[in-house]
Amino acid sequence: MSEAKPALKPAGRGRNLELSEELKAYKGVWVFIEHERGHVHSVSWELLGEGRKLADQLGSPLCGVVLGGPDEPLDAFAREAFTFGADHVYIMRDPVLNGYRNEPFTKGLTDLVNKYKPEIVLLGATSQGRDLAGSVATTLLTGLTADCTELAIDPNTRALAATRPTFGGSLLCTIMTLAYRPQMATVRPRVMAMPRADETRVGTTSEDTLGLIETGIVTKLLDFIADANSNRINLPYADVIVSGGKGLKNPDNFKLVFDLARVLGGEVGATRPCVQAGWVEADRQVGQTGKTVRPKLYIAAGISGAIQHRVGMEASDVIVAINTDPNAPIFDFAHYGIVGNAMQVLPALTQAFQAHLAQRVRKVA
Amino acid sequence: MHIVVCIKQVPDSAQIRVHPVTNTIMRQGVPAIVNPYDLFSLEEALRLKDQFGGKVTVLCMGPPQAEEALRKCISFGADDAILVTDRAFAGADTLATSYALASAIRKIGSEQKVDMVFTGKQTIDGDTAQVGPGIAKRLGLQLLTYVSRIVETDLEKGTITVERRGEGGVQVLRTALPCLITMLENTNEMRFASLPMMIHAAACQVRKWNKDDAGIEDVTKIGLKGSPTVVSRVFGPTPRAQKAEMMTVESSSLRDISLNLLQSIFTVHPTLEQDLVDKLSA
Amino acid sequence: MNVNKQFDAIVVGAGPSGNAAAYTMAKAGLKVLQIERGEYPGSKNVQGAILYADALERIIPDFRDDAPLERHIIEQRMWVLDDASFVGSHFRSEDYNKPPYNRYTIIRAQFDKWFSSKVREAGALLICETTVQSLIMDGDKVVGVRCDREAGDVFADVVILADGVNSTLARKAGFHGEVKAGNVALAVKEIHFMPEELIQQRFNIKDDEGVVIEMVGKITDGMMGTGFLYTNKDSITLGIGCMLSDFKHNENKTAPYQLLENMKRHPSIAPLIQGGEMKEYCAHLIPEGGFFAIPKVYGDGWMIVGDSGGFVNAVHREGSNLAMTTGRLAAETVIAAKAASKPLNASTLKAYQKALDESFVMKDLKKYRDMPRVFHENPQFFTTYPELLNKAARTMVTVDNVDKKTKEREIFSSFRTARSFTGLVGDAVKLWRAFR
Repeated sequence: MSEAKPALKPAGRGRNLELSEELKAYKGVWVFIEHERGHVHSVSWELLGEGRKLADQLGSPLCGVVLGGPDEPLDAFAREAFTFGADHVYIMRDPVLNGYRNEPFTKGLTDLVNKYKPEIVLLGATSQGRDLAGSVATTLLTGLTADCTELAIDPNTRALAATRPTFGGSLLCTIMTLAYRPQMATVRPRVMAMPRADETRVGTTSEDTLGLIETGIVTKLLDFIADANSNRINLPYADVIVSGGKGLKNPDNFKLVFDLARVLGGEVGATRPCVQAGWVEADRQVGQTGKTVRPKLYIAAGISGAIQHRVGMEASDVIVAINTDPNAPIFDFAHYGIVGNAMQVLPALTQAFQAHLAQRVRKVA
Repeated sequence: MHIVVCIKQVPDSAQIRVHPVTNTIMRQGVPAIVNPYDLFSLEEALRLKDQFGGKVTVLCMGPPQAEEALRKCISFGADDAILVTDRAFAGADTLATSYALASAIRKIGSEQKVDMVFTGKQTIDGDTAQVGPGIAKRLGLQLLTYVSRIVETDLEKGTITVERRGEGGVQVLRTALPCLITMLENTNEMRFASLPMMIHAAACQVRKWNKDDAGIEDVTKIGLKGSPTVVSRVFGPTPRAQKAEMMTVESSSLRDISLNLLQSIFTVHPTLEQDLVDKLSA
Repeated sequence: MNVNKQFDAIVVGAGPSGNAAAYTMAKAGLKVLQIERGEYPGSKNVQGAILYADALERIIPDFRDDAPLERHIIEQRMWVLDDASFVGSHFRSEDYNKPPYNRYTIIRAQFDKWFSSKVREAGALLICETTVQSLIMDGDKVVGVRCDREAGDVFADVVILADGVNSTLARKAGFHGEVKAGNVALAVKEIHFMPEELIQQRFNIKDDEGVVIEMVGKITDGMMGTGFLYTNKDSITLGIGCMLSDFKHNENKTAPYQLLENMKRHPSIAPLIQGGEMKEYCAHLIPEGGFFAIPKVYGDGWMIVGDSGGFVNAVHREGSNLAMTTGRLAAETVIAAKAASKPLNASTLKAYQKALDESFVMKDLKKYRDMPRVFHENPQFFTTYPELLNKAARTMVTVDNVDKKTKEREIFSSFRTARSFTGLVGDAVKLWRAFR
């Protein structure tokens, strides 16, 4: 098991909060560029957008890191990374890196970190990202903060202040890794805004070797079975979402949610309790441990607005909340609030939207 | 076959509330439960035990009351339960937690060789999903996260084949034992405990290990001291500066409310109206 | 693994009466299995409550060492409320500040958990999330219970039913009939969180001192019932309850939560709760039929304790102390029988009834046996008298040009007008009889 050189700690009983001189030399904000079968996951671009702000504040370079097989379009990915703000992209190309596996990717990223010493490493909180981040952080014996909703630089310490929900989402907390480097963080897709691509931007690349052979790797990737595309619920990228919560009282009432979504051409979302109760598929869960969404219109029916759900949808342009409880937390951050029974309000809204939009469509036609 | 399943006792986050005055978590009256994600991993381990025979040991690092969670696992069919509990572990982040659990698993392995380790995908109070990968790294175990299905286990060859959920599809991976697996949620359903199992669990002894029993070699690596991440601030969410435009069903008719709402929204967001129209025209 | 072997006793329910019984028996070395329906002990019980130290001391003498206690009560206020006023009497004493304290406010979710941990420490086995569906009978003898889990039969020498006011087990077994709406009160409670300092200032207490306010009067909208307010460490519990049958027959069809809303708005009560944040709400049933509503509480291989036996003194609002006491007495009966190697049949367990009769439990219930009926048949005690009392107080307390003799006459005449002389005498007699 490879061990990174651990941070030099002062001898003593106290908790180490001081950054050693050696670790102070770590520079650079890195974003792990995740890709699968020819496409980069958009969370990597979202992280470059966020990373650019952090890098500018620190006066450090923003770099992408991409690992893959020799037949994969890694240079094209690098060029795309430049348009989203990266200054430099580290590339590792090896047949062993064709398709994600924990062992080679962990070694690759860890070796790059040890060689080039970035101060911050960001990954998307996807199945690949979380698998990799935990392994890399443990190998490097450094701090990792998961599912961050906000990233900032603390002006006093130049450290990364990573904010995330805690206690199942009831509160927020800001976490810092003061005495260890690199500071690692994962961010869920859609939490950060997608940056605009600047096609004129260029950057530099460099290549490093992995140094592993296939026979030395224990886990074998036998196959990849793609999901059937039809009927894919595409919540994170939907423009209109109508969501239901436990206030709907029983799963049958979700029909009213689906009706309104259909009239608006939108997707149907739900809260964690509804998913846990088996009322709708898990893919529809909006929230900290479900999907983060940024639609133009989000209608929440029978949802109390616990922070766990809030962090998954508060970036929506227009939030309409329907709840019988006038004190429900959701009214604290909705744009429009209707105090009433969702089972009555939803059909009324469906009818109103349908009539109004039909009229406008006729005008256009 | 000897499988170790790591579990955590967590407050039922669905029932957590924040004290309106002190802004702290009100733990009173909030039941502590076995982290729900852990149960999917435990059930998978029990199924392997059903198939191949052997033993399932559940392991938990936590305060003394976490004993309850371990008993629950025994009632489902785990054979042995170990609670690693010591003040020195308090305040541990995921790096320090994986160090402690890895040490304990090594100790368990010295009593009886461990073939597989299961952990939950993530906890509902931390939601980091980091401890499983951390343990695997420290013990040199092959890591398989987000497993949606165990396809085949071959004890003779010492291999296991699984389906692992990735973005847009499922990876089929084969690796060698010993390995560490985290199961995806809803991949199985936990069995019900019979009454004799419930009584057995209530009566059985849960082994308690302090940091020495757990084989901790370096105390600077556990608890608060061994945690690189520092919580600098905990706070409640800030309410939006501008309050919501409120309507009550009591005061106006449903029809009026709907029309008012549409009018409000579309006046303030004309592009939204256009987008919806475009969508429907398409 | 045959764990369905005999236990000495099975206790159904992990509330105060069940815990008292299970603890006492386990401490004496008996093999006890306790079965709780809820997710954890206390999950089915409701929030703010009063703990009567004496009853618990007789079971766990050193409970004060680690039991979660809110405030010890040093002041009791009794208020008779009119719409915008009240006549009250307070009793506050420094004696109540001398340990060991006599009464405490507690939060049930925490307290029940603690009590339950003591029960397990004593050696009883507790299983939760398991419902006893029925008693297993051998002729007329109860020999065990059937639970809602696979292989769910378990046997014991005696089954102690401590499963609360809504107990169906005793009814199913034919030990008593349906719970009548006239024997049960529906109470609603809320917990309001407030800073500790605010509570202390407002109620004139310091440190861990506490206040209890008991209220009767117009707040129950003519129905038979009471309201209450307890001070906890950093919250207050307030609630109100009335006879279920009264709710059904109430002309205004006032719902329980509406009563509570009105009570909160009362000008004497609103200032006390101002600035608090309501964070918990719950409703529960309280047996209040009194002496005449108590069923048979023992038989061949079975006993009933706590709320499921109707052991509540509604007049003094004492329930949990009766629960713990009946649980303890039942346990002691079993322990004595086992020690003397007697079979746990009706004739042996009759000693439980005897112990109850000789204790304050039955003595108090007997004393107040007519109370439910008297109050139920005489709503004037909840409407007219509070009004008259308040008006009388107002008359006497207001200083104007009127001489005192005239005032006195005015007061007497108001009473006579409202109730007529014979009515007044009759009411006095009824009250005296009921309290005797």
